Amino acid sequence: MSFINYSSREINCKIVYYGPGLCGKTTNLSFIFKKTNPEHRGKMISLATETERTLFFDFLPLSLGDIKGFKTRFHLYTVPGQIFYDASRKLILKGVDGIVFVADSQIERMDANIESFENMKINLKEQGYDLAAIPYVIQYNKRDLANVAPVPELKKVLNINGAPDFEAVAATGVGVFETLKAEGVSTECRV
Amino acid sequence: MPTSSLVMFEEEFKQITVVIDRLLKEANAKVVFLVDKDGQLIAASGETGDIDTTSLASLTAGNIAATGGLAKLIGEKEFSILFHEGEKDNLHISIVAQRVILVVIFDQRSSLGLVRLRVKKAGDELNVIVQKLLQRVEKKPAVQENLLAEISDSDIDKLFH
Repeated sequence: MSFINYSSREINCKIVYYGPGLCGKTTNLSFIFKKTNPEHRGKMISLATETERTLFFDFLPLSLGDIKGFKTRFHLYTVPGQIFYDASRKLILKGVDGIVFVADSQIERMDANIESFENMKINLKEQGYDLAAIPYVIQYNKRDLANVAPVPELKKVLNINGAPDFEAVAATGVGVFETLKAEGVSTECRV
Repeated sequence: MPTSSLVMFEEEFKQITVVIDRLLKEANAKVVFLVDKDGQLIAASGETGDIDTTSLASLTAGNIAATGGLAKLIGEKEFSILFHEGEKDNLHISIVAQRVILVVIFDQRSSLGLVRLRVKKAGDELNVIVQKLLQRVEKKPAVQENLLAEISDSDIDKLFH
């Protein structure tokens, strides 16, 4: 959960990017890393396999400025999307303050999106969280591809609760910061 | 149920700093860190200048989480001490009050035995402080709620500009 330090006047929040394998979670973080002023971000750490698939997590600390005299830091994490890394996903959800669910818009990945979303709910429940009580946003990624499902269809399946949602092309950065900003708002206001 | 958010107050922060400063000296260590199990750095002492403390905190928490998962698989509650031996520097990691992680980095000027001995003593002291802090947070969640309730959408907007 969030960590408030009255001594050093800091607020730290943990935001986790969740979603099926190859949906673009790491790509979101890489774009944020590339486009953020080096003064406002730390190193990006990727614990990945030799084929650059996320093995444990990616981590990117952002320090964007002060709110009410408190330095506000966001710690961004991704989970490994591949199904068999479920034990790792559970660990990374510990202490989460907000979630960005990254969906792969391609029609053939619809089942993978649903499976990942259900898996997220189960893993949150195992940690004692309820998705309804956690600030989350949804990103429909890869909108530049030809074989994508229409957004209303994606909404119907993945966003029945009406969470803030965004279309994105993480590889070129479209929608990446909009998603993060919305998640920042939801998280800070509801932590 | 998930554990509550950690809040650090001036008084406990000072007490923690005293303990880890002393541990640094008594264990002849290079650096001592205290990290929350969720990956947030709480306090540090020693030669921290060359170390990326934020990444260290996050990876330490990931390490503890992963070994904790391993422990459960073989029927253990947790592995309370981890030791990583390097060519020059070594890492001694231990869990305090089941909530925070004490990390000691040391080289040939010290030894594992000395570090273990000093960590045990410091760990007991930190345990008392952390327990007190957690009780204080449980009793007064309103302090944190007030601060967060004051944060508006426009405050966040400013951050992202």
